[in-house]
Amino acid sequence: MSARRIFARPARLAAIAPYLWMVLFFLVPFGFVLKISLSQTAIAQPPYTPVFDFTEGRAALAAAFAQLSFDNFRLLLQDNLYILSYLRSLVVAVTSTLILLLIGYPVAYGMARLPQRWQGVAMMLVIVPFWTSFLIRIYAWINILQHDGLLNQILLTLHIVSAPVVWLSADSAMYLGIVYSYLPFMILPLYATLSKMDASLLEAAGDLGASPRQAFWLVTFPLSLPGVGAGALLCFIPIVGEFVIPDLLAGSNSLMIGQTLWLEFFTNKDWPVASAAAVALLLLLVPPLVLYDRLQRRQLEGGR
Amino acid sequence: MPLLRIEGVAKSFGNFRAVDKLSLDIRAGEFFALLGPSGCGKTTLLRMLAGFETPDEGRILLGGNDIAQVLPHERPVNMMFQNYALFPHLSVRDNIAFGLKRAGMARRDIASRVAEMVALVKLEGLEKRKPDQLSGGQRQRVALARSLARRPQVLLLDEPLAALDKKLRESTQGELMELQRRLGMTFIIVTHDQEEAMTMAGRIGVMDAGRLVQVATPRNLYEAPASRWIAEFVGDINLFNGQVAARENGRLTVSTAEAGRLAVSELWPPVTKEVVSVAIRPEKVKLSRRAPASDAGGSQTINRLEGVVADVNYLGGVTSYRVRLESGAVVRSSMANTARLDVDAYLAGQRVVAWFTADDCLVLEQ
Repeated sequence: MSARRIFARPARLAAIAPYLWMVLFFLVPFGFVLKISLSQTAIAQPPYTPVFDFTEGRAALAAAFAQLSFDNFRLLLQDNLYILSYLRSLVVAVTSTLILLLIGYPVAYGMARLPQRWQGVAMMLVIVPFWTSFLIRIYAWINILQHDGLLNQILLTLHIVSAPVVWLSADSAMYLGIVYSYLPFMILPLYATLSKMDASLLEAAGDLGASPRQAFWLVTFPLSLPGVGAGALLCFIPIVGEFVIPDLLAGSNSLMIGQTLWLEFFTNKDWPVASAAAVALLLLLVPPLVLYDRLQRRQLEGGR
Repeated sequence: MPLLRIEGVAKSFGNFRAVDKLSLDIRAGEFFALLGPSGCGKTTLLRMLAGFETPDEGRILLGGNDIAQVLPHERPVNMMFQNYALFPHLSVRDNIAFGLKRAGMARRDIASRVAEMVALVKLEGLEKRKPDQLSGGQRQRVALARSLARRPQVLLLDEPLAALDKKLRESTQGELMELQRRLGMTFIIVTHDQEEAMTMAGRIGVMDAGRLVQVATPRNLYEAPASRWIAEFVGDINLFNGQVAARENGRLTVSTAEAGRLAVSELWPPVTKEVVSVAIRPEKVKLSRRAPASDAGGSQTINRLEGVVADVNYLGGVTSYRVRLESGAVVRSSMANTARLDVDAYLAGQRVVAWFTADDCLVLEQ
């Protein structure tokens, strides 16, 4: 055996590993979900039919296969509960992402312009909340926002309001929770692109007659677009499927798709419809994911 | 009134005095080089002219107006950056047009000016390329075109050729000089490369520790350096320390430990100290097998130093010799290889006489 083959084997394994991971932990479960989404609900264990039984021979399997239908997907389109949930998820995700950009960009820009030794400290401050469990932090917000919570106490003490304000169970509380939770995911990619920026480019822009404001919009901002794209998608995609924050902080009058899915699955015990909703959500997220991938590739090429 | 007058300009970074009360006049249409070792303050001075640094004290007068506190984007001065600082997201055309758009030029005028600049630096056909699709030499040309496009009163060039290889650097030097002559523009170049400064500039300002130590034409800088430091910084030189032993009719006799008594013609202004160095450039030191007759060059006084060739470096155009004298000191001599066959070459170990005239020597205060 040649030396080359000895070394080639682990290398090939390393190359296969991510694909293996994808197949085992994404494609196979997705296959299950897809199959359930094409099934019908039933009062049984598991709560859907048909169940593929590989022990009863080919004919039975074929019969089971014939029972699969797209009825659940048709239902998703007919009942506007689902469409409204999807739309709300998109609206919430777009709005939150815009707010995150408006807050995250100046923060990242400020961080990138700090003296070198302070940048590490600023980075720590951004990351430090991750050391506490996400759920605990959301419950802390409930504590702050509730009727006799910290926020109302401060507002009352300062005589800004005369009676406690209802903060919870409202969209504003949900947006607050989402922006708070996702801000690091917006700041970090933005900071990464902004801190790499060559300072002499801004000097050159100034030298060629651009005011600092023009230099920002003509040089800094366009060059930071890959970071904007990365940050925006890193936030947008999980926010679309967000379940915990709207469930704990928002009102119950309108649901995001994650909540609808949860209700369908655990309260209605309608696994097939829940699965269909999950598949539809995934399809909805494919375009932004492709966009993200393309942006990343362009950034890699630009870096060369 | 010169185009640019720098008056007592100083700049410190913390405790480090980068530029120390420096004054300098630069005439319109001049090609001026700021030369010095790294850390001498030449780049800081250039950045103050561009407006990226503000002087702590002093004035910078451009056409009579003090621009020391004027922001970079409001100065009629442009800079070509050492790393070129091309905008990576813009095409060659848009890079060149950047400054013109900021000046509020009409669309049609911008197009024609860009075309003119592209032709000037011979980049036709590459207008749509992005900087990362260009070679180093092409990027350098885009940077030059971009900084020239606004027709600045003064163009500042920060080590513009440092990133190019030797051949390209030499041809670009010629092109820059030609361009400067044709446009009649004032160029101020910062460089640590003395050959580059000597080749291109009409005048050179040598900087050391934040001060200008000499401003002179390349020839004067080389043949009449103002100090021992400059003599050693610009080109190669042999130095012998000694004391003035006699002084008559503009001729000094200096007695040195390493090379005995040397006859030196005194320049104006005369040296005032007794302890001096005698300096002689290697190409002015000739070698011969026998001592030349006393008055070989007419009325010239000739210094002769006997020694042994220690080593020989053949460099193509010239051969450089190191001759060890009886005192142990070394004299360097470089001789042009004027003939293809080496009938005149000396070999290591050979006894020779190194000689030079009194006029070829410099006397410098230590």
